[in-house]
Amino acid sequence: MGATFNNSAWQTKVLWTAIALLGAVSFAIVALNRGEAVNAAWLVIAAVCVYFLAYRFYGLFVANRALGVDAARPTPARRHNDGLDYVPTNRYVLYGHHFAAIAGAGPLVGPVLAAQMGYLPGTLWILAGAVFAGAVQDMTVLFLSTRRDGRSLGDIVRAEMGPIAGTIAGIGILLICVIVLAVLALVVVKALVGSPWGTFAVFCTIPIALLMGIYNQFIRPGHIGEMSLIGCVLLLAALIYGRTVSETPALAAYFDFKGETLALIIIAYGFVASVLPVWLLLAPRDYLSTFLKIGTIALLAVGIIIVRPDLQMPAVTKFIDGSGPVWSGSVFPFLFITIACGAVSGWHSLIASGTTPKMIEDERQIAFIGYGGMLMESFVAIMAMIGASVIHPGVYFAMNSSAGLIGTTAEQAAQVISSWGFVVTPDEIAQMAKDVGETTIMSRTGGAPTLAVGMASILSSFLGGPTLMGIWYHFAILFEALFILTTVDAGTRVLRFMIQDLIGNAVPAFKETSSWTNNLIGSALSVALWGYFLFVGVIDPFGGIWTLWPLFGTANQMLAAIALTVCTVVLFKMKRERFALVTIAPATWLVVCTTTAGLEKVFSPDPNVGFISHALKYGDAIAAGQLLAPAKTLAEMTRIVVNDYIDATLAAVFVLVVVATVIYGLISIWKALASPQPTAIEIGLAGAVAGGRHA
Amino acid sequence: MPDLHELFDRSARAAGATLYWTTRAARLMVGVPDYETYVAHRRANHPNEPIMTYVEFFRERQQARYAVGKGRFRGCC
Repeated sequence: MGATFNNSAWQTKVLWTAIALLGAVSFAIVALNRGEAVNAAWLVIAAVCVYFLAYRFYGLFVANRALGVDAARPTPARRHNDGLDYVPTNRYVLYGHHFAAIAGAGPLVGPVLAAQMGYLPGTLWILAGAVFAGAVQDMTVLFLSTRRDGRSLGDIVRAEMGPIAGTIAGIGILLICVIVLAVLALVVVKALVGSPWGTFAVFCTIPIALLMGIYNQFIRPGHIGEMSLIGCVLLLAALIYGRTVSETPALAAYFDFKGETLALIIIAYGFVASVLPVWLLLAPRDYLSTFLKIGTIALLAVGIIIVRPDLQMPAVTKFIDGSGPVWSGSVFPFLFITIACGAVSGWHSLIASGTTPKMIEDERQIAFIGYGGMLMESFVAIMAMIGASVIHPGVYFAMNSSAGLIGTTAEQAAQVISSWGFVVTPDEIAQMAKDVGETTIMSRTGGAPTLAVGMASILSSFLGGPTLMGIWYHFAILFEALFILTTVDAGTRVLRFMIQDLIGNAVPAFKETSSWTNNLIGSALSVALWGYFLFVGVIDPFGGIWTLWPLFGTANQMLAAIALTVCTVVLFKMKRERFALVTIAPATWLVVCTTTAGLEKVFSPDPNVGFISHALKYGDAIAAGQLLAPAKTLAEMTRIVVNDYIDATLAAVFVLVVVATVIYGLISIWKALASPQPTAIEIGLAGAVAGGRHA
Repeated sequence: MPDLHELFDRSARAAGATLYWTTRAARLMVGVPDYETYVAHRRANHPNEPIMTYVEFFRERQQARYAVGKGRFRGCC
């Protein structure tokens, strides 16, 4: 965009000054307004101004000066051009590809949970985190991978920091996969429990996908647009018919499940999807969910701009002290763990070292795709924050607090929540459930239903009015469930390959991915791993999300810390250490956050925060023969204790992985400083080097 | 009225270009790169070797998108 204004420097200056002033004014309105409702438009304007300024003045600085992108250097797409994996691709097309690959449920759920502290703390972290940590990480990893034939993060760590650091990173990646799949599946279960309408619509995606798969394999192969259109129409039909299902008791009974049953169904489904040929179920669902995801995100953006709703949630609530009902823990470090994706997400480092680097046309486009892609993701998180903040705060807390805290009737809930200072009547809670076509909205934790209510109220106020509120609510649930379940399918396969690779080191025959025996065993192990955490989350008397989300956030930020550490190491090895602060600063912040959060989750004496003290509290009660709420039986008490110890172990492993990576990073930096010339292992300066696609 | 014709032609061209680029972007989002580019590449660089038909090309890309896990992570956060 700079090119348009290049010929008159003063115009450029006026433009950027205007953007800066507009951003500052919007920010002042958002941050300083007290007592009056703030319009969401100010939040959007402030965020967009920040993104433009950040891209122009920081993103390009990091790319051009710190990393030193070089237009003269041929990219892997140019050197290995095969028309398939390695294809020089138009930068706007590639931006779409990259964004579609990084966008997922994370940036939608995290901000909703963080809204318990008010919209301001979360918003500030989403913006600052994306600009200084997330976007820098995505771009730098994309740069490193582009200079190494598109190798994966694990390979880069192994090559630049040694085999042991590589193995440690590999364990970290395996663990994050397990936790991500479990937590995301839990979000779906929480959204569908006792909701025949939602369950019916989500179940319908399976026969629809099978139909699309068969159509695409045998009837009209390769016609993606046609097939997706048929799928979308059928999906909308299922969504509309879902209301009839939920209003017909005989039909509704078939789709009214308890959490345990839903969890087992999803586990079984993940196994089947991992075993079946991809064209039949996985690919068509993937097409449907990708297009629906991009379409709905665009629709939500348009909705927010047209409706410009007021934010009902206060800027800051009293729960910044750490006593919140949605998740426990104070602003530092837990806010920075709760909003992982959307501010900085380690998961993106896996994608930025995946297919995108193999399609970069020119190194100068790395900033637009890597840094710019993450800014768009951050904007999705801002929209999720708006979605959670436009609904009545009392309703927000009724939806996101577990039944153990607010009870199971609207009267109890209204009383408890009003005592927290968010005055709400039982009627308001019951009315919201009625508006969206559900029997109850209480304790629908996990973020997805809250966001669905927010989206439904925004979208129905410009498309369809209150009568369509129920449709929009279930549309939002369907949209989130669809792409979470697609992640579960694809993730189960990825996990299966990683397990086969890991076990294959001991039993070489197990590495053969085309063997049916290996396929079945690998898939079973894979679903068993995440299925365990999912099931435990579902039967957790605290509601699962309360326990598991902090672990998920820690895992994701742990991976980001690993990625930023290897970025720092490579900057030193390239002898560009005078710029290394751009990755050292966010790496340090993430290491401090993850280790503090991890250690607090293990050792904190507050039983609401620390797993061990929580286990001891319940263990003591068992010894004394007492029952502690929300457990109702002694068996539940024992289960809580066992889970606490497993979760504590996991949190401790995360901390160890981070600490070990940092130690290996420091050793590599020390060696790099001792060497008089650059030691980074890059590929591609002196002619093409084959390979780079090995494990 | 030549101005209107001109305007119409320009809008039609713009709409055509938008559709072309949107289709390409949408296809790549689900892992299918441009077929014409592939054919052009094969013709230019491997003149005497076989070129996959569109259906073969599509199936090959679909399989590759979900093939052995490494480096093919997607859509989580």
